[in-house]
Amino acid sequence: MNAPLRRLAVVVALLFASLLISSTYVQYVSAPSLNARTDNRRTQFKEFGRDRGPILVDGRPIAQSVEVDDPYTYQRKYTSAQMYSAVTGFYSIVYKPTGMEGATNDLLNGTADQLFYRRLSDLFTGREPQGASVELTIDPKVQKAAWDALGNQKGAVVALDPKTGAILAMVSKPGYDPNALAGHDVAKVTKAWNGLLDDPDRPLDNRAIAGRLYPPGSVFKVVTAAAALSSGNYTPDTLVDGPASLDLPQTSASLPNDFAGACGPNNKVSLLDALRISCNTAFGSIGLDIGDDAIRAQAEKFGFGKALDVPLTVTPSIFPPDPNPPQTAQSAIGQFDVRVSPLQIAMVSAGVANGGVVMRPQLVKDVLSANGVDVIQRPQPERFSDAVSGQVAADLTRMMVAVVDNGTGKRAQIPGVRVAGKTGTAQQGEGRPPNAWFTAFAPADDPKVAIAVVVEDGGALGDAASGGRVAAPIAKQVIEAVLNR
Amino acid sequence: MAVVTAVETRPRRNVELVLLVVSLGIAIGAYVLVGIAAEGQVQANWMWVGGGLAVLVLGVHAVLRVVAPYADPVILPITTAINGLGLVVIHRLDLAEETSLATRQLLWTAIGVGAAVAVLWLVRDHRILARYTWTAALLGFALLLLPLLPFIGRNIRGARIWIGLGPLSFQPGEIAKILLALFFAGYLVTARDSLALVGRRFLGLQLPRARDLGPILVAWVLSLGVLVFERDLGTSLLFFGLFVAVLYVATERTSWIVIGMGLFVAGAVLAWRIFSHVQRRVDIWLHPFEPGTFENAFQVVQGLYGMASGGLLGTGLGEGRPDIIPFAESDFIFTAIGEELGLTGIFALLLLYLILVERGLRTAIGARDGFGKLLAAGLSFTIALQCFVVAGGVTRVIPLTGLVMPFLAYGGSSLLSNWIVVAILLRISDAARRPAPAEVTG
Repeated sequence: MNAPLRRLAVVVALLFASLLISSTYVQYVSAPSLNARTDNRRTQFKEFGRDRGPILVDGRPIAQSVEVDDPYTYQRKYTSAQMYSAVTGFYSIVYKPTGMEGATNDLLNGTADQLFYRRLSDLFTGREPQGASVELTIDPKVQKAAWDALGNQKGAVVALDPKTGAILAMVSKPGYDPNALAGHDVAKVTKAWNGLLDDPDRPLDNRAIAGRLYPPGSVFKVVTAAAALSSGNYTPDTLVDGPASLDLPQTSASLPNDFAGACGPNNKVSLLDALRISCNTAFGSIGLDIGDDAIRAQAEKFGFGKALDVPLTVTPSIFPPDPNPPQTAQSAIGQFDVRVSPLQIAMVSAGVANGGVVMRPQLVKDVLSANGVDVIQRPQPERFSDAVSGQVAADLTRMMVAVVDNGTGKRAQIPGVRVAGKTGTAQQGEGRPPNAWFTAFAPADDPKVAIAVVVEDGGALGDAASGGRVAAPIAKQVIEAVLNR
Repeated sequence: MAVVTAVETRPRRNVELVLLVVSLGIAIGAYVLVGIAAEGQVQANWMWVGGGLAVLVLGVHAVLRVVAPYADPVILPITTAINGLGLVVIHRLDLAEETSLATRQLLWTAIGVGAAVAVLWLVRDHRILARYTWTAALLGFALLLLPLLPFIGRNIRGARIWIGLGPLSFQPGEIAKILLALFFAGYLVTARDSLALVGRRFLGLQLPRARDLGPILVAWVLSLGVLVFERDLGTSLLFFGLFVAVLYVATERTSWIVIGMGLFVAGAVLAWRIFSHVQRRVDIWLHPFEPGTFENAFQVVQGLYGMASGGLLGTGLGEGRPDIIPFAESDFIFTAIGEELGLTGIFALLLLYLILVERGLRTAIGARDGFGKLLAAGLSFTIALQCFVVAGGVTRVIPLTGLVMPFLAYGGSSLLSNWIVVAILLRISDAARRPAPAEVTG
């Protein structure tokens, strides 16, 4: 019986050999494709099971991962969630991360190249990579002031430090609760997501930088004024045509003022007064005079049409590419096809405030390694563009101060502080209340903050809204929050 | 029977002791590591579990010194290593799922070891087991078919291979395999001559007479009955494979293997064509990722994902997610090891099993009596088959079945029966390796 026993031993060896081969096939040959399958929860758990770094504002986390007793190990938690939703975005097991969660994902989850040598040591110690923490430039007091000032109106507020480009506040209303999307129950998350998608108020939009762009209305007159002054043919005191209604060439249409009557005696008005009282006809005339190319060039110097990541991706603002003269006149007062993000308007004010130099807007103050000691990234203030000369900036400042001192922006006055600003009341067509705008910087002689406010559909005032009545008081509260720091 | 070359005659108990210490070191070290990796601290009960396992297997070692000093020195250490590794992985899953199966597994280990010691102590000569050939047959078939009875039979995960009384459940097939191995050995050692020598030659194969086909046909029908009514390919394959292997060893005739495999394949294909539950198993086996079968194949797919995530070196004990896989502590403990110890760990594990089986077959070769040879061969082959059926099931060599890896997986029936298997192998190996008794004259 020993011969068959020996053969049986060979059969057994072959059985085990087949197991060695099948195991090798599963664990080595087909492992990459198995790991890459989308329904493989293990790959998800690996990504979501990492100790993801927090997003900090003034040293306190607004998004952080806390250990939980479920297969994902960590749960993302957001504090002051609605207020910061436009900034943080959300981190979901179902959908792609958005906001800073998405823009700095590889830093937060610890896989960024900058963290390479730390990961190298993790490789040897067998530790899972720990995410870096991302500290934002947001000032919580300013953010809160902007959030509260908007109340339950739809709109956005962006506040910048004009000297550094640091974004001090970024608010978009309505916000949403990212915690509802960060849950680990797929069905609940999907339901919350669909609810937000179906909401006609579009809470998932970050209106400050990447919602649907807005027509800027009269706040764009700052850009037109900058183009006029930069042309060398205008000073703040240059008299321009400011009739009650401007006849537009090539058509029977005309461009009226927002108020009854002409902008000055003999249908003439100085450039300074035209901005102060927001004279449509004067800026329409200027537009016809200097032409669309000059305005477009000036707009682009402020950042229109340029890709920008702060590191959230900003939708580029638009000045129409080829307007005819009537359209140019409309565009010069921020109507027709001009479309802007609130951040772009804040950048215009910031450029004027900073002597003509626009600093690159930045949301990241620094990135620290998981141990909180090593600085991985600390973005330095960076010149974005030279929008206007120092002289033009000084002229524009004088004009914008007049707007607040004695013009359409009086409601932004702050005792003891010179505030420079510009209102905007952007028509949206028949039947819809206008969007109310205000942009400003202060103090005018040593600017600490530049701001843009937009309130959709007239806000609480509806059809009776104007930039001065609705948006300027909001800007005022935010500026006060900055100055009272 | 061929002539056996001279077998070494030293008892080798000290070798066994050294190997045992190594095995215990691996198991206890791994147990401590799991606690550190999963919970960040050494689990307080490591001394109890490690000490318990050590006392148990050192107890067996001591008994061997007394009642079976020439027993194979490798079998017990390998069994210890696998049993210990099983405890470690079950403990690891306990930590993830907040259960306490490891202590129950240790209890069952104690019961299994107790049974093994009892067998070694009571059965001083394995040949006396041959007396119980037909008793074993009766009991074995009864146990095999027990789960089909109403009221006590239990359907667990699609297979009806369990019986239950209140909260207790048991896989009678595990005990049946020992009894049937005993029966096959006892029966075939007497029937082998007629089965082996008569018959016509055809295509180089010595074919048996029609009336000698009776036993294999009975075994075939029974195994198909298990496949169809107990719905478990593994159990079916185990018994039929055991029978064919012992038959082949007894008769030395390849024709039995050809006939047996042909019958089994034909029967399995027939069952697949006829029965929807067999078709479903086959679908899961062949197309686990296809939309129609994906829901049912959840366990298989998660097992594959687990092994894939382990890669070559594994995530490390306590660092993976084997708890995602349903029944990772029993049916799918193989994939848990693949995930956390990697392909490296799987190879080590499979080689341990292979050495264990080959030591059993070596025992069969060394045994001086036909019954001992057949019994050792049969029992060793059940271990090999069981490994193949389970590991082959989770790595998709064959359809998934309801059997579990011997010594490794959670489950009392399996531990108890496999420790008895080991005891019998140790007993036969003692007889095989013992120096031939001096002729008694006068």
